[in-house]
Amino acid sequence: MAEEEAGGLVFHPMDQFVIKPLFGEGPVNWYTPTNATLWMALAALAITALLVFGTRGRAIVPNRVQSIAELLYGMVHKMVEDVTGKDGLKYFPYVMTLFCFILFANFLGLLPKSFSPTSHIAVTAVLAVLVFAGVTVLGFVKNGAHFLGLFWVSSAPLALRPVLAVIELISYFVRPVSHSIRLAGNIMAGHAVIKVFAAFAAVAAIAPVSVVAITAMYGLEVLVCLIQAYVFTILTCVYLKDALHPAH
Amino acid sequence: MENLGQLGQYLGAGLACVGMAGAAMGVGNVAGNYLAGALRNPSAAASQTATLFIGMAFAEALGIFSFLVALLLLFAV
Repeated sequence: MAEEEAGGLVFHPMDQFVIKPLFGEGPVNWYTPTNATLWMALAALAITALLVFGTRGRAIVPNRVQSIAELLYGMVHKMVEDVTGKDGLKYFPYVMTLFCFILFANFLGLLPKSFSPTSHIAVTAVLAVLVFAGVTVLGFVKNGAHFLGLFWVSSAPLALRPVLAVIELISYFVRPVSHSIRLAGNIMAGHAVIKVFAAFAAVAAIAPVSVVAITAMYGLEVLVCLIQAYVFTILTCVYLKDALHPAH
Repeated sequence: MENLGQLGQYLGAGLACVGMAGAAMGVGNVAGNYLAGALRNPSAAASQTATLFIGMAFAEALGIFSFLVALLLLFAV
């Protein structure tokens, strides 16, 4: 991806996504602690710090940290209740875990010199496939063969239903693909754009423009990190609703 | 001949990005219509933000497929 130009501009926008072993050099095996492992562990630690130690006081009138934790909990709880209904609340802990992990991994990835695990399709694909497999199994366990009613649109004319069934089937199996690549693509593209603007800062004439552009993009990225975590979670809720109430 | 294949790969990857224009129009359409509706009936706007994001996510998914095609052309062919 490196490209040397006449003006001395050097672009390495994709170098930040390279997975390296934490200690020394060498091949990356499945058990090797890497920078991805480190930042995922830091995300888990930050969540623990906020939700476990932040609410340790159990104060009636919460302090700042506790009210942030309560706000987060309340927001996800309301989202699950609004989208999936009361019977979806049983699966609230999993949705909350997903939201917290993605949000914190995204935000920690915004720190300079850090690494965002959610920019890798491998990481988001695991999250999305777990949701997909879990929701499919849940749908069959809860509804039995009625779950297939999801693909048989009973409100459509009879002649159209087989065609719609094929389309519904394709769109069902494409879910984990779009679910995972949406998150990874947004985070990866945002970070790469910031790096490209950073490379322009090497030229003195356009350096001020570059700094302003990086600041603006950074602000946008903070928003994108929150929105993508929210979108991933709300789509999980939608899929969960489809599994619990498959009727069209 | 090898270079010609590589040329086609890069051209195809670049052309696949045109698909993002469609996603851009779709997402803009969702947001614009939401705003138009929200300005007519602001009291109902807050309850529809979840629908807004779901609609945006579905419109965006097709743009993601063009991104996926570009990635596949660059790294998987």
